[in-house]
Amino acid sequence: MLGRVFSGMGEPIDGGARIIPEATPDINGTPINPAARDYPDEFIQTGISTIDGLNTLVRGQKLPIFSGSGLPHADLAAQIARQARVRESDAGFAVVFAAIGITFEEADFFISDFKKTGAIDRTVLFINLASDPAIERISTPRMALTAAEYLAFTRNMHVLVIMTDITNYAEALREVSAARKEVPGRRGYPGYLYTDLATMYERAGRKVTGSGSITMIPILTMPEDDKTHPIPDLTGYITEGQIILSRDLYRKGCLPPIDVLPSLSRLKDKGIGPGRTREDHAGTMNQLFSSYARGKEAKELMVVLGEAALTPLDRLYARFADEFERRYVHQGFYENRSIEQTLDLGWELLSILPKSEMKRIKPDILEKYWPKK
Amino acid sequence: MVEGRILKVSGPLVIAEGMREANMFDVVRVGDDRLIGEIIEMHGDRASIQVYEETAGLGRGDRVVSTGAPLSVELGPGLLKNMYDGIQRPLSTMFEKYGPNLIRGIDEPSLSRSATWEFLPAAAPGDLLGPGDLLGYVQETEVIRHAILLPPGMQGRLLSIQPGTYTVTDTVGTLERENGDTVPLTLMQKWPVRIARPYREKLPPTEPMITGQRVIDTLFPIAKGGTACVPGPFGSGKTVVQHQLAKWSDVDIVVYIGCGERGNEMTDVLHEFPELTDPRTGRSIMERTVLIANTSDMPVAAREASIYTGITIAEYFRDMGYSVAVIADSTSRWAEALREMSGRLEEMPGEEGYPAYLTSRLAQFYERAGKVVCLGADGRIGTLSAIGAVSPQGGDISEPVTQATLRIVKVFWGLESSLAYRRHFPAINWLSSYSLYKSRLSDWYTAHISRDWDKQINECNSLLQSENELQEIVKLVGVDALSPTDRLVLETAQSLREDFLQQNAFEDGDSYSSLEKQAALLSLILSFYHKAQRALDEGASVQAIADLPVREKIGRAKSLPDDSYVLRYSEIGREIDAQLAALTAAEEEAI
Repeated sequence: MLGRVFSGMGEPIDGGARIIPEATPDINGTPINPAARDYPDEFIQTGISTIDGLNTLVRGQKLPIFSGSGLPHADLAAQIARQARVRESDAGFAVVFAAIGITFEEADFFISDFKKTGAIDRTVLFINLASDPAIERISTPRMALTAAEYLAFTRNMHVLVIMTDITNYAEALREVSAARKEVPGRRGYPGYLYTDLATMYERAGRKVTGSGSITMIPILTMPEDDKTHPIPDLTGYITEGQIILSRDLYRKGCLPPIDVLPSLSRLKDKGIGPGRTREDHAGTMNQLFSSYARGKEAKELMVVLGEAALTPLDRLYARFADEFERRYVHQGFYENRSIEQTLDLGWELLSILPKSEMKRIKPDILEKYWPKK
Repeated sequence: MVEGRILKVSGPLVIAEGMREANMFDVVRVGDDRLIGEIIEMHGDRASIQVYEETAGLGRGDRVVSTGAPLSVELGPGLLKNMYDGIQRPLSTMFEKYGPNLIRGIDEPSLSRSATWEFLPAAAPGDLLGPGDLLGYVQETEVIRHAILLPPGMQGRLLSIQPGTYTVTDTVGTLERENGDTVPLTLMQKWPVRIARPYREKLPPTEPMITGQRVIDTLFPIAKGGTACVPGPFGSGKTVVQHQLAKWSDVDIVVYIGCGERGNEMTDVLHEFPELTDPRTGRSIMERTVLIANTSDMPVAAREASIYTGITIAEYFRDMGYSVAVIADSTSRWAEALREMSGRLEEMPGEEGYPAYLTSRLAQFYERAGKVVCLGADGRIGTLSAIGAVSPQGGDISEPVTQATLRIVKVFWGLESSLAYRRHFPAINWLSSYSLYKSRLSDWYTAHISRDWDKQINECNSLLQSENELQEIVKLVGVDALSPTDRLVLETAQSLREDFLQQNAFEDGDSYSSLEKQAALLSLILSFYHKAQRALDEGASVQAIADLPVREKIGRAKSLPDDSYVLRYSEIGREIDAQLAALTAAEEEAI
């Protein structure tokens, strides 16, 4: 299957031969017994500071990207697929890519990017284009996940599943539900949207019975950038965090435009720290978050009252926020930073602020890592 | 035995005909796979059945067989340390026997039939016993002594009872009823989940449930036997709050219901709890925990049942005289399961598609909590506290589930995403949250912690409230426009927020804070405020006070370990005095 392109119904569309099946599983899958799950705690280095440093991805996690129309989520997903590594091993992930109702151009972007970097050899693609029937959209992600489960749990590979765009999937589900004359829930989506999404997302994970894993990155575009729209809302309740892209940062030229404050990785605490990343990771992470939040508040105040009205400390915070966006968030789609580079950069930025403000960092760690000037 | 035929299948709902003789809420087995279902509506010859397993593959004409009994749970030794699904099937055993994925139609007894327990009788042959009277004990785990009680509805004369090692189905003794029948007694009993277990009398709750979480114990306490809800948008830390409560609450038994949530969260509990020690008993907290898991990919109908399964198990332990906490994460998923079934039954929808009986069902659940005098001659007192997470869509608490819940529960811990973005955890909003137990518990706090307790809490609240008002002014005209006294209020409120209310669940010294330590920390911060006020009057500048090095020490005071904080706090207290005195002295010299 690796290196091949399939339609949304699992038929080969790359001109190659048909697959001779070793197994023909039901694409709906069966729920994983929680007692058989293994807790995901292996750090994945994506080479992106805002993800590695602040919203760490671990193997077996499901972490969606919440984006909007016109934002570069495709570039970000391709960057993750290209750069994702588990530390102390150079082996990349097998990538299962499900294109759900996207345009030809978007699909082509991924295919040519995978070809260019050679990643295509370890990729399985399921393509359902916008012009294909909507009903196929409902089976496409399930096809992809079943393939991923086969690779991960039968073949013990580490699989990264990228699904784009979940919004199209939910629209297709609504279309079918309306045709069946079901009682609609919020915004016309069927009442079982949560359950339906959950049965897909929950197929990510690790099991104690094998060494393989499924890490899932669903991409969804929020209609009108509205996070409370049912699709991102229900997704957020199921997935283990979310990466949110911000239009403001994109306009400022920050790439990737990840808005770190509302972004979150729920599994980060178990995947970082000594032995996994570095002992100073947890402390600096919390400190960067709270300092950036305070810096942004200071900047808002500055807009209303002018710079003179700020206390000297708040002015430092405002400067910190600017530098943070310019250097930490902004890195471009082709820079691959190691976790050490990311952490060191964090310290460098924190040293803009006085040392006494570092309340989130343990004193001994602060002494060890605080940059000497 | 009633046998019918399937007429229609719609997701988890199956309609069968030929069921005239069956009863409402009977458990039925559906199809050749013998899937488990429950009758939820009767209409002439037709029964609507909610099926607790995936219904793919069922077809018209398939057999439906009624078992004639309502959905029940098995209660007895072996419950603790176990994880069950929504209809009390043991997940660990199923994993060992049937592999890592859940397959359908599995029949597995809830309590292991092969495990044996050492039974010690506490009653003697010839005793006249009534419902709830003690038969004997089984030491289930190191910390929990499982009382074997005569089930409700049974009374008579004990004919025989033998100590020894038994499985849960072995006969440990016999009872002669008043009508002369003899009944064998076993360690296990069954109880239908939808019926609350009886008690003798309900009492008002008067004792706090200490959770080790500062913002909860100090500002918004919950009583043992009370009810609370934790609403919050996704990412605001509901689950962490719930886990913290399950870990550190000073109750004897915790029943944790993972209802429609992530599989990894249950795995986390399963991996983490055995390693954590209870600060009161020194034993693993898993020894007092029962887990119910219906993760979001498991069948929807079992989600509706999981809440009842959990609370029935909790009531069973309450009847032994234990204090029990039921923690349900999340009741919104349960309500959504109700909505889905209601939609498929084509009932008239209420608000946002939820059925009109949502409020009464929620009320029924929370009313099963309380402090009660248990059945039985010795008048034991047991408490059952219920804490439910609510996941309002889009974080908007005006939606029906949150509003219906708020009308019933007495404590509201409102989580907010804006606090979570700033990594202020637990992200409980200190202005909008409330606890109606405050006045009822104030006697207990005054007697056990300090006489100034109420005064200190009020001062803390009013400082946080004034900060909110002052912030409005600062946003308009800047911080320079404030008087020095007001700026000191801002500084103190900030210190309260960061050094007291924030608590890091992932840091060992901070995750659990004893009530004594909470009180000491609060008075430390307030005493700094009072002394700083005096220094201000004597001419010291606000900026100088805010810059004092001792403030950093106050900031770190919360993570000092429980055994050494007393000494260190008094040291910090002395440093406050010294540094403020130096400040005023310098001021005087300058003049």
